[in-house]
This record gives sequence, structure tokens and C-alpha cells, in this order.
Amino acid sequence: MKNTFRGGVHPEEKKKLSRDVPLRLFDPKGEMVFPLSQHIGKPAKAIVKKGDPVLVGQLIAEADGFVSANIHSSCSGTVKAVEMRRVLTGQMADCIVIDNDGQFTGKESWAARDDGGTLSNNDILQRIQDAGIVGLGGAGFPTHVKLKPKDPDAIRWVIANGAECEPYLTCNDQLMRSKGPEIVEALELVLRLFPNAEGVICIENNKPEAIKEMKKAVGDRARMKVKSMITKYPQGGERSLIEAIAGANYPASQLPADVGCIVCNVGTLYAIQRAVLYREPLFSQVFTLTGEAVSQPGNYIVRDGTSFAELVEAAGGLKNGTNAMVGGGLKTDAKAVKALVGGPMMGIAIGSLDVPIQKQNNGLTVLDFDPVEEAEGLMTSCLHCGRCSTVCPMGLTPQLMAEAAELNNLERYEKKLYGLECIQCGSCSFCCPAKRPLTQTFKKAKGEIMAKRQREGGNK
Amino acid sequence: MNIILVTTLVIAAIGIIVGAGLVATGKKFAVKVDEREVAVRSQLPGNNCGACGYAGCDALAAAIAKGDAPVNACPVGGNPVAKEIGRVMGINAEETERKVAFVACKGSCEVTKNQGNYIGIRDCRAAVMSGISVTDCSYGCLGFGSCVEVCPQEAIVVKDGVAIVNRNRCISCGLCVKTCPRGLISLVPVSKVVQVQCSNHDKGPAVKKICSAGCIGCTLCVKQCEFGAMTFGNNLAKVDSEKCTLCGKCAAKCPAKVITSGTGPV
Repeated sequence: MKNTFRGGVHPEEKKKLSRDVPLRLFDPKGEMVFPLSQHIGKPAKAIVKKGDPVLVGQLIAEADGFVSANIHSSCSGTVKAVEMRRVLTGQMADCIVIDNDGQFTGKESWAARDDGGTLSNNDILQRIQDAGIVGLGGAGFPTHVKLKPKDPDAIRWVIANGAECEPYLTCNDQLMRSKGPEIVEALELVLRLFPNAEGVICIENNKPEAIKEMKKAVGDRARMKVKSMITKYPQGGERSLIEAIAGANYPASQLPADVGCIVCNVGTLYAIQRAVLYREPLFSQVFTLTGEAVSQPGNYIVRDGTSFAELVEAAGGLKNGTNAMVGGGLKTDAKAVKALVGGPMMGIAIGSLDVPIQKQNNGLTVLDFDPVEEAEGLMTSCLHCGRCSTVCPMGLTPQLMAEAAELNNLERYEKKLYGLECIQCGSCSFCCPAKRPLTQTFKKAKGEIMAKRQREGGNK
Repeated sequence: MNIILVTTLVIAAIGIIVGAGLVATGKKFAVKVDEREVAVRSQLPGNNCGACGYAGCDALAAAIAKGDAPVNACPVGGNPVAKEIGRVMGINAEETERKVAFVACKGSCEVTKNQGNYIGIRDCRAAVMSGISVTDCSYGCLGFGSCVEVCPQEAIVVKDGVAIVNRNRCISCGLCVKTCPRGLISLVPVSKVVQVQCSNHDKGPAVKKICSAGCIGCTLCVKQCEFGAMTFGNNLAKVDSEKCTLCGKCAAKCPAKVITSGTGPV
């Protein structure tokens, strides 16, 4: 165990803003919007229609195929429409809109606890699948697919990802502090699926309280331990963790299971515990609302489908006065601010806060300045200093990749420079003294290569 | 003297043997080239643009000679080239009309509103990946000119934030069609000038709020058309070019002036 990975950067943490605010359940009032595609894979199929009454936890869209996930309502009320709505990518997408009656009447109470010991492995997997659990770390990969590798005996490590390396975000920290025993229980359930595996709970050492709580929760269990990791970005990346724990590197064409690892976010594990022992479907998750422009940063348990705008407003709004969100980078009376879903390193900038929170979102960071705008003013040509190559956690050469991508030489980008291995962590852009928009260039190039592949695959 | 004679003879003998060997191998391993392929290739324009769907002009020539591709497969050459290739192949080429690229958006900076402040790479394909809108319209032209970049003929320019095609320069290679991340560009027959220049599928009031040159879904054009060429679906009018007789009545009636007729800029 190396305890860390090669490369990486040390961005300012800014976790102080919200780290000591305990989790609080947020009950929204307005209408709730549930996009049908909140996960990697095929979008779910809506099974409710306009006028149908729904309850909390009711299945409203059903998985379409194996790599897909169920979607459950997070509120009670009536279905208003199944129509195109704007989602956080700025595009329009099929969504189920529910008129929330504010009662949050549950379909069941989910208070009765099943005895986990009597459940077979298939029961566990089936319950996870029924609950529509996806990876809550950000990518939204359906968890039941992840937990069904070809050879379960070959899995050596089950890694609980509590690193939370993204600056600003603190919801997983709070989750581990308050729900330690639940997470450990879920990890035990997952370990039952993989008889030869050892469970490791990885937490960066800038979260001493979480480490203490988790250590207490683990106690002297045999197949489990808590690992304090060096604080470095992107320590919480799936591949960085696997390199740190198992010492294994693998290409993007493989999955963690191919090198004997399963990585689950601690938020996902908590959802697994609720799903397996209480049969509660996934309709809420932990969420950090933070950033310099937010009046009261804090950690929440939010219901899926809540609008970002409503959450911000309920949390005291934005600091510089109005909540008039228009277009991109919110133009308020005082000055322009920037809203990012996720943290500042990997988050997506959103143009309007009036979009729904999806399953895999774990934070909203509203900044009172626009770092991209500042960087653009300072941008120069590449200095060929090589700093980007030093920090790249994947061992790539961003400066050459950017050159190839800018010249549209996608062949070289893909075959010679292994550009598809890029995990878009943003370390290269962060450290670039010339302020080149490296990560965005790679995102675009990868998108183009993928689109080309799809086109060519379609022709055959 | 003797030595000179022997040397000459030996070298001559080697020459004859090697020569005979070369002739024999040349005959045995000869690669048969279809003469027609060479002839077809000489007729193709040689841009290697790939618009026909083959790797380049050589590949297309081989496919035509084999009979895998039609003689009018080259969209760049158009009718004259198809005719010549047809002559080579002994097939009568069907007359096809030259096509040109058409941008289904009229949203220049003047008519659309833009509240967003996208900052980043000036490229349409990168811009659509961020959640920040470049234009308020989520269907319209972004105006960063990814199509301009790929056009081999410099036939597209971005003017006032919207792409405009120079119909005389366009060779209908279709590279811009593949590039546009919003799918605004299509290839239309050059004579069919009546087209709907909007792609917004939002409802009328929503369109009106963000763009004064967008289809508001009034369906006046559908009522005007005597030939049933105008259809309306998914909040957007559509022209069936096959039925359209270019009378221009729809364009005259359109309150948003979003239908082009021969006179308007395309």
C-alpha cells in the first residue's frame, strides 16, 4: 500500500465554510422534476402518466435494460406532466414533473428492519437494484451492475470512498461523522458478496473527526479497516484510490473489478444500508451547499428533483442580494457569480439554478468570482514547462495532448497520447502557469472521439 | 583478349538469365488493375473530403468500378462528374440536383437575447458541453464557427453570431452537417429555396420571449400552402421539399419571417 498516487495537486480546501454544519433534511415546496436519465446507461421508462397520484418512494420510472436504474418519487402529490424540461447540462430532457403536496406521505414507513443475516447474496443485489441505487460519487453508474462482476471471488478489495478530495464539499465528511455504524453495516453487506475481499474505508487525513468516528464504528471487525490517506487532489478519484490501495493501474477500457477492486462512495453505501435492511428506495442523498456567495453554507439531505434555486433560497439566498438567476454565470445586481454543480475542480457550471437536483449530485458551489474569466484574461501560449505532466494522476502529457486536440489530430490524441485515459480531474488546468484551458480541451476531444465511434459503429 | 571476351559473355549471360527471371515473375505476380478504376479516379475531383462515405477518392473509384457504389456517389462533383463516370462504366447516370448546406437558424445577435456569459474555448462543440448557455435559445446557432473551421471551401461565415452559407462555394461535402453539435445544418437541393429557418421546438410564447426570428407555431404557413407541402409538428413548421412548388406564399405570410423564399438571404 502506497497510501497515495503519483501526481496530484493541492488546491485550497475551503472546507471550513460548511464542514461543521450537521446534516439537515430539506423539504421542498414547489414542483419536483425527475429527469429520466440520472445515471450512466439507458434512460428509465416512465410508468406514471399525467394525473396519477404518487407517494414518497413510489416507483415512477422503471429501468430499461440491465445498465439502467429505477427512479422513485421523493415527494407525494400528483403527476403534473411527463415532458421536456431543462436539466443541469443546459439541454432539454424527458422528465416527470410532480406537483408536490408538501405532505411527504410515505408509501411505507421503512422503519421495520430486516435481519440482514438471513438474506442471500441474490436478495441483497435484488434489493439494491430495486432501490435504483447509482454511484453517488458523481458518475451515476448503476450500483447493482458494479456489484455483479464476472468473478466475485477475484475481488480483493472493497474500497469505501470517503476521501472527498474535491475542495469545498463536506457532505460525505458529515455523513461519516453521523452515520458511521450504518456505513460499516453496508460495507459488511457488500463484503458478503465478495468472500475474498477486504474492506478499506479511505478518508483523507484532513477529516480527523470522520476518521475517529469510522474507526469507532469499525471496532475490531476482522475484514475491515479505516485508512487515513494523504490529503491530495484527486485522491478520491476511483483510479487514484485503486493505485493507492491495491497498487494497480489499469486502462480506461477496463473496470475496477478487472484489477480486483470495487469502489463505492460512502453515500452509496449508506443508501445500500437503507435499501437492503429497510427496503427504502433511493430518493434522497447528502448534499453540500457552499461557496463564498452563499449566505449560509451547509450540509443537507436533499430529495431528488428539488430545484437548486429553491434550496439556495431556503438557505438564505445568495450574499449579494438578489436571486435573479438569468442565463449563465448568474448576473445579480451586485456582481456576476458562478454556480457549479459539484466542487470547483470537476463541477459543471450551470447557467440557471432552476434545474432539478439529480441522484448523483453532491454539491452546489456558488462563487463570488469567476475563476475562468480571470484565467482567460491571463492566458498565454504554452510555456512547455511540463508542470501538467508532473501533476497528471494518470501519467499523461497534457501539453502534447492539448496540442494534438487543438490541431484536431484526434488520431494522435487517442492512439499516441492515450488521451481517452484522461479522467478530467482538472489538475493540469489548475497548475498551468499559462492558464491554458486544458481540461476543457480534453473534454471536447474525448466527446468528439466518442461521437465518431458511435457514428462509425452505427454505419457497420 | 581472352579474359575480356569471357567476362563479356558471362555478364551477358547473367543479364539474359536475370532478365528472363524478371519477365517471368512480372507475369506471374502481375496485379490486375481495373482500367475502369483508373478512368473513374481520373474523373473524380480529388479533394479526398470523404463526403461520399468512402475513405477518399481512390476508395470511391474502386467501389464504383466494382459496382458497389452508384456512379453519382460523389456529391462534390455533381452531375458533370456523374455523367463522365457513367460514360466510363457504360451506365446512364441519373440526373441529381446539386445540394447545398442550409443552416436552420436565423438567430443573429440582433434578434436573440443572450443572458449567458459562457467563458471558455471558443468552439461550439466545447460550448454545448458546459451547462452555461451561449444563447438563450437551446436549439439555435452558437456562432463560434465549428462549421467554418471544418469547411474545406471557406463557404461558411459567421456573421452577427449566426452561420451563413455561401451557396455558390458550397460543394455539399457535408462536413459541417456532421460537426454542428446542435444539428442545425442539413443538405438541401439548391433550387429548393423555401425552407424553415428555425429549429426551436419550444412553444410559441417561449420562443417569442427569447428570439424575434423564431417559429412561433402559428401554423399560418400550413393554412396558406395549397400543395400540402407545409406540415407542423413538435412546435415547428416543416417544408416537404418534394411537394413544394416554391410559390412563396408561406414565406409572405409568416409573421416571424422565418421561412426563406428565393429573395431572402440564405
